[in-house]
Parts: sequence; structure tokens; C-alpha cells
Amino acid sequence: MSFLEYAPAPESRAILNLRDRYGLFIDGEFVDGRGTPFQTISPATEERIAEIANANEADVADAVAAARRAYDRTWSRMSGRDRGKYLFRIARLVQERARELAVAESLDNGKPIKESRDVDVPLVAAWFFYYAGWADKLDHAGLGANPRSLGVAAQVIPWNFPLLMLAWKIAPALAAGNTVVLKPAETTPLTALIFAEILQQADLPPGVVNIITGAGDTGAALVSAEGVDKVAFTGSTAVGRAIAKEIAGTDKKATLELGGKAANIVFDDAPIDQAIEGIVNGIFFNQGHVCCAGSRLLVQENIHDEVVERLKLRLSTLRLGDPLDKNTDIGAINSKEQLERIRELSDIGVAEGADRWSAPCVIPENGFWYAPTIFTNVQTSSRIAREEIFGPVLSVLTFRTPAEAIAKANNTPYGLSAGIWTDKGSRILAVADQLRAGVIWANTFNRFDPSSPFGGYKESGYGREGGRHGLAAYLSPAPIGQSALSRPASRAAVESADAAAAPKSRRAVRSSTRTAKTATKGSKR
Amino acid sequence: MSRLAVPKTYKLYINGAFPRSESGRTYEIMRADGGFLANVAKASRKDARDAIVAARGAVGGWGGATAYNRGQVLYRIAELLEGRRAQFVAEIEEAEGVSRAVASAQVDESIDRWVWYAGWADKFAQVAGNANPVAGPYFNISVPEPTGVVAIVAPQDSSLLGFVSAVAPALVAGNSVVVVASERYPLSAISLAEVLATSDVPKGVVNVLTGSTAEIAPWLASHSDVNALDLVGAGDLDWLSLEVAAADTLKRVLRPESGPDAAAPALGRISAFTETKTVWHTKSLR
Amino acid sequence: MATAFPSGRSSLEIKLADTAEAVAAGADEIDMVIDRGAFLAGRYGEVFDQIAAVKEACRRPDGTAASLKVILETGELVTYDNVRRASWLSILAGGDFIKTSTGKVQPAATLPVTLLMLEVVRDWHLLTGQRIGVKPAGGIRASKDAIRYLVTVAETVGEEWLVPHLFRFGASSLLNDVLLQRQKMTTGHYSGPDYVTID
Repeated sequence: MSFLEYAPAPESRAILNLRDRYGLFIDGEFVDGRGTPFQTISPATEERIAEIANANEADVADAVAAARRAYDRTWSRMSGRDRGKYLFRIARLVQERARELAVAESLDNGKPIKESRDVDVPLVAAWFFYYAGWADKLDHAGLGANPRSLGVAAQVIPWNFPLLMLAWKIAPALAAGNTVVLKPAETTPLTALIFAEILQQADLPPGVVNIITGAGDTGAALVSAEGVDKVAFTGSTAVGRAIAKEIAGTDKKATLELGGKAANIVFDDAPIDQAIEGIVNGIFFNQGHVCCAGSRLLVQENIHDEVVERLKLRLSTLRLGDPLDKNTDIGAINSKEQLERIRELSDIGVAEGADRWSAPCVIPENGFWYAPTIFTNVQTSSRIAREEIFGPVLSVLTFRTPAEAIAKANNTPYGLSAGIWTDKGSRILAVADQLRAGVIWANTFNRFDPSSPFGGYKESGYGREGGRHGLAAYLSPAPIGQSALSRPASRAAVESADAAAAPKSRRAVRSSTRTAKTATKGSKR
Repeated sequence: MSRLAVPKTYKLYINGAFPRSESGRTYEIMRADGGFLANVAKASRKDARDAIVAARGAVGGWGGATAYNRGQVLYRIAELLEGRRAQFVAEIEEAEGVSRAVASAQVDESIDRWVWYAGWADKFAQVAGNANPVAGPYFNISVPEPTGVVAIVAPQDSSLLGFVSAVAPALVAGNSVVVVASERYPLSAISLAEVLATSDVPKGVVNVLTGSTAEIAPWLASHSDVNALDLVGAGDLDWLSLEVAAADTLKRVLRPESGPDAAAPALGRISAFTETKTVWHTKSLR
Repeated sequence: MATAFPSGRSSLEIKLADTAEAVAAGADEIDMVIDRGAFLAGRYGEVFDQIAAVKEACRRPDGTAASLKVILETGELVTYDNVRRASWLSILAGGDFIKTSTGKVQPAATLPVTLLMLEVVRDWHLLTGQRIGVKPAGGIRASKDAIRYLVTVAETVGEEWLVPHLFRFGASSLLNDVLLQRQKMTTGHYSGPDYVTID
């Protein structure tokens, strides 16, 4: 099939109003970092975008202290109604500046403007909208009446959906009454920093959200910082493991959203053209930089050849190029490091005996690019069938019976997501029952919604983001005997009430409960 | 020289437009101090009938919109109300004869209560619905759906807060509404209708009638194309006969409430206007 | 136009007579509307036979044949499965071109329906090597919409289809919009309906 020439259709960068240097956003203001600043670049052209501050341990401590002050003095005393109003403001501001954020995201991350404009940024606004409404309804979150916020949340997010991952972290944390220190990924800090400007426009009380840029050591310092009550991390399983070990035995609660090697299962009765679209979306959306990507195609053996043929035809129509061009389907790989990892694993696939086919894309001279690639003749024991590549590389395997498909799909330490393609409803539901995965898409893929819980089984992490379930990560049930009381004025007051409740005699316990009651009388709900 | 005011005309709000009553009737609203404030349309049974037709026509679109969309639309109404805060405060001061502080408190609470309800749109299904663990190879889920057209007799003692407290919960679930405003204090309801007309709420989703509640309520209660009847403000009427009339078509009925906590915000006010649908689907690997 | 346009409900004899007359008078193309009543009632064999018979009537004494365009009236078929089935049926029965609509029924052409028809044409080509034409008709008013259709054609069946004997628009007001766009490209400012003729 030959290819039509499309005229360039670039989204204008004129909408951006970038600074040359960005500081750390602590206590409502941008301040210099004490670490060595670094540059953020466009992965499509390798051009420099801006200088980014680097938070060292002292900066991390400052940010955590600011979050603590804001929690004690302001945010934990504020009514849910008012917290909700701030979140609604943020949602509206994101909508107003949606185009600007989308352009910045595509520039800094490398993903096509089609995706950042139509998927990422709308979901960001929707996430804040959804959780804004929960702020004054926490009694219905499923943890009983009067659940408590946890305190200060340390949040570390990845580079694949920078602003969306920020929204997934900040929105529920704030709705539940926590304050936040968030560290964006090293290669994608830009939209987080513009978001900080949005927080200033929203007049969010200083210190409620703090955004500190830096690299891996900033993240490590943040997670282990004293004064952090909650850790939320999205990223690789390797780092997730390290975090779990680091905080073991401490009072820090954690939720982890890690890697995946999802099976996309196509049965022989699946509507074939729709299944092809689903396979393509599953692994090539966002250049495959998706934890829940359908990176293993499990196709029923009797349709294998037809599916692979049609896949190759379809991949030949994908356009790889300038992320800011509205016609682009496949954008840039986020960094040189990631490109090398993809290449390495891809070459291992060839060495292991699989057959590699890549779409015939014209690769630009500058920037980091990898053409959509399919491996057939893959063994279940191949590294490319086991390890997360995190790039536009699909491994194709086959099965004969539903039971075999399920067994192969589950045969992995990961368990984040899965796809099922068939025309038979009863099969969808029975297969879904048996798949050990936290998110299952049937006859669709990569669908996200703030009301829909997302998270993994096994080594894909624990905890859920989105939906009513997503609130549980940032709340704890009211202590026994206190669920009937109105919300405590501050964590400090609660702690002193709890400490006062410690004494041994019953009378002492009763009187201290009365103390807690009077301490909380008059506080808003 | 003080400026001559341009007084406002208060008409009905039906199907997104502001018609006078087809009967041509009006009645006087007086200021608290006895002076003339405005003429307000006195709705007839035909106006009520037209409003119900409009509401039925709108229920498919509003109920079929995503919950997220409804939440957004409702939140935007709160934004518009906030922008018009001064107007609403002044109107209440004049109509109810209360101080600015009291009027402001009522308007503020009305806006905040509207926001509370808007925030339920995309989440109350998660609290009111669920999967059911039936004993067999079936997928089974229960979801709340809008009941359809809800007729409401709004609280009579309040210009705005009572009205908002009765209307907002019915809208959240995707119902369309025909509401009879407070007979004594109808002006805020019509001003709110102006806000609705300039918002993204589709026409026919909210219809506001002003006039004699005793005259109109029986027509709403007995109309076969009304699914639910909220008599929250019908305490001074012969509401028993209204409930009997509603029983003819098995409408879901909410009884009158009185006092300052009438129509207080509650999840129950949303679920009262929903139907629970339970769907089964077989599960099989063969 | 032949064969009981636009409803497709008349006896087969009349349709065939219509067709033969038109061909004899020199027609290069015959448009027929499928009998949607028979199709929706599941009488697929009947629909097939009708199309095949009309195709037969398109043959000329010298061995050539007029090109047969089969109108599916997709707005009445409603579901995508029906559109796909009707497309296959029409091609199997000998149609040279499949067309979405007469333009008398809403909705007329839509992108999803056209994509479906293109997929059938693509699959037919993969199976047999034969190229069938596609014509979306009705509802395409803006140049921008037209470009979307052209892209869909190119990315589904390939650029080879972007020729009049394989792809055409059934659109009356589209031409004026194209002219308006060209005026803007030439002058640099937006044009208006007074600057194109209605005929």
C-alpha cells in the first residue's frame, strides 16, 4: 500500500509561556533548588526547553515541612466543602489552559499531540472534577463515618503520562484532606511546573501541594523523609520493590503502581478489524510507554496468520514523527536511556530466535525514535515475553483453548491489566473471572476514567487509583468510638486526645474521651 | 436625580422558554413592607400539562448523558449563580424582608448545596449500585437509573434554598423536573430559571411554574406521565388527596417536610428518584 | 437511476426492464437500490438474485457491460453488521460499486459506515484481486469532511482507490464549499455564499 503525502499540520507552540528557568514549588512559591540544576529537552529534536531546579535532601526536608505546616494549620482544619471548592477551581483552570498543557506535554514527553490533547489533559481535568466532589462526602467512601486523612503524602510519578499521573496522585490526596509533596520524573517536569502556576491561580493555600523536581535521589530522599505519612509511587517494579523495603516496619502507608506485561487475548470469533485496532492501541498508544500496555498478544492459533497479516497492514499506515503534528500517530521515545533499553531487549528477541518485523517508518535524524515492531515465533520463556520492554514492541504468542489462554496470561509475576476480544459475552465474563489482573478490558483497551479503579495484582503493585476505591489510599477509618464525633480539628488535637486516652484506668479513658469531644466541638465537617 | 429602574417581568419557564401563562393570569407579589414588588404568572393546568410534555421530551437526552457531563453542567450552574450572587441577595432581601446578612447566608448555602449535589452525579452510582454475588455462573450488577419525570411542590417558606434543595437532587440522577415554586416567594425560582436558560442544561429538563400550589398540585399528582411526586413543600395543602391521586399510576411519592431542615441535603433525596436495574449475564468458558 | 428509485420496491420485471432500456439508450452506469424490506426480513437470497439479475441486464450485446452501482441505504440498515452483510452480498452478486445512500433517508453517509464498506472492499481485493468502488452519498458538505473520507480511503484500501472509477462523493453542496476554500487560499480571507453560484 503506498502512502498519501499529508501536509504538515503542526500545533502552534506560540500558546506556551515558558520560563527559561524553573525553581522548586515549595510553600506556594518558586524557590531555587540547592542541587545542581539540569536541562529538560524535547525527545523529538533534542533541543533544550528549560532549566530545571534539582532538590537536594535539605530541599526535600523543606518541602515536607511546608506540607506538614499546611496540613496542621490549614488543610486538616478546612471543611470538605471548601477543599472540594479548591479542587473544582483546579479542574476548571486545567480546562481553561488545556491546549497549553497539551502542547507542553507533547513537547516535553514526546507523545503525539493527538493523545495529549484528546486523552491526557481531558482526563486530568476529569480526575480533579471527580475527586472534588468526594471531598465533602467521605462518609460514603466505604471506610465508615468520619474517616481520617493520613497527613503528608510523598508522591513520586513517572514520565509516561506526566500530568495525568500527577492528577491521579494529587486529586484524591487533597480530597481526602492530605497535603502533598510530589516529585515529577526527571525527563518530564514541565507540565507539573505549569500546574504549579495553576495552583497559584487557584489561590490554593501555600504548602498544600509542593512540587520538587530532581532525579532518582530526590525521589529516594522524599520517600524516606521523616514527617511523611504516606508514600504513593508509580514506576518500575524494581524501584517499587526498593521503596517497599525502605519503608517496611515504619508507619508509612504505601500504594504502588508498577509494571506490567499484559496479555491481549484474541479469540477466533472476535470482530477482526476491531481486534486489530485494539491490538494496535494496546501496544502502540503512547509509544508503548504504558504500564498496562497489551504487550503480549495471545491470539487463537487458527487466526494467527490472518491477524499478523492485518496487523502489518495496519502498522504500515501509522505515521511516526513530530509529536506536535496533528497527523502523528507515533511520537518520540522519551529518552536516550529508554531507547537503548528498547533496542537492547529487541535485539535479545532476535537473538532468542523470534522473527522481528518493524513498520517501514522514515526515522527523523534527531531525536529518539523506534518504529512499531512485532515479534512472531516467540516462546513463552523468551525474555521478550516475560520482561517489560516499555516501548512499541509487541510479542505474539498463540493458544488453542480458553483455558490455555488464561494460563498463559496469568503465567507472569505481573498482574496489571489484560484484554479480551471475542463476540461472546459469556466468554468475556468467564475469562475475566479467572484472569489475575486488576484491570480487564473487553473488546476495547486503554480506557481510563476517574470513576474506574486502576491498579495491579502481584508485582504490578498494590492499591487502586480512581473511583471510590481510590480514596482508601488516602484515608483511614475513624478510631473506634470516634466515628460518631465530628471531624477533629487537627491531627495534633487527635494525637493529644489519643495520647490522653492511653492511661490504664477506665475513668481516665472516659474523661479523656470527653476531652476529645470538647476539643472537636464546633469544628466544621 | 436618582435613576429610574427597569423592573423585571417574571414569567413561567417551560421547555427552555419564558412564556406567560396560557390563561393570561397573574398575581401580585408584595414586598415585605407591603409595597408592590412584581406580577408573577399564575400557571394553569394547561401550563402544567405543557411543562410535563416538555419534561418527558427532555428526559432521554439528560438521562442518557454521561454522569460526568451532568456533573459538569450542574457545577457550571453554581458558577453562574456565584456570578449573580448580588442579584439573588437583593431579590431575597426585598421579597422576604430579611437583612442582607440573612439573605446572603441563604444564597451562599444555596450555591454550596448545589455544588454538593453536582459532585454526586458521577459517584452516587458507586454508592447506590453494586455487583451482586449470586450463587451461580452469572455476572450480576445493580445500577440506579433515573425514574423519569419528577413533579415537585417546592418548600413554601423559602425563596431560593428550599427550591434548590428540592430540584438539585432530582436532576443529579438524570431526571427532568416540573416544579411549582413557593407561592409566596416565587421570584428567586424564576431568576434561577434564567440561570438555567443560559447554562448547558438542555431545554425541558427543568420547568418552573408559579401560581397557586393548591390549584396546580392536583394536576401534577394525577398526570399519568409523571413518574415521581415530591410533596416536600405541600404541607399546607390537602396532601393526602394528592398522595391518593398519585397512587392511581403508582407514582413514587415523597411526603411533606417542614421546618428549617426541610429537604436537607441527603443521598436519600437522590436515590428516591431512581430505579434500580439489575442485569444478569451468563459466564462460561465453553 | 433505475430500478424503482428510491425505495427499491417494485417487481423484479420492472427493474430489469428499466435497466435494459437504460443500457440500450447508452447508459454507462446503472444505479440500483437494494430491497431493504427483503433484506431486513432476512430474505438475503432474494436480494442477491435481484442484484445478479440487474447485473445481467447491464450486459451489452458486444460483451461489455454497464457498471452497476448498488445503493445499500445504510440509514435503514442501521447496524454495522447489516451494512457489512449488505456490502458482501452486493459484491458477491456482481456489483461494481457500492453506495451508502440515496440521500432521501437520514442518516446518509457517515464515516463509520464508509469505513466498514471500505473494509469489505479491501478484503474482497485481498481475496480476488478485484477492485470494487465505494461512494458515500449525502451529508458531506464541508471540504474538511471530504478530506476525512479521502484519508479513510487511502488508509483502508490504499491510494489506488482515489480515482473517479473507484471512489466518488455523492454530494451537491460540497463543490461550493471546495470553491470557498480555494477562494480563501487565493485571497487570504474568508469568502461567503454570494461569491459562488448556486448552480
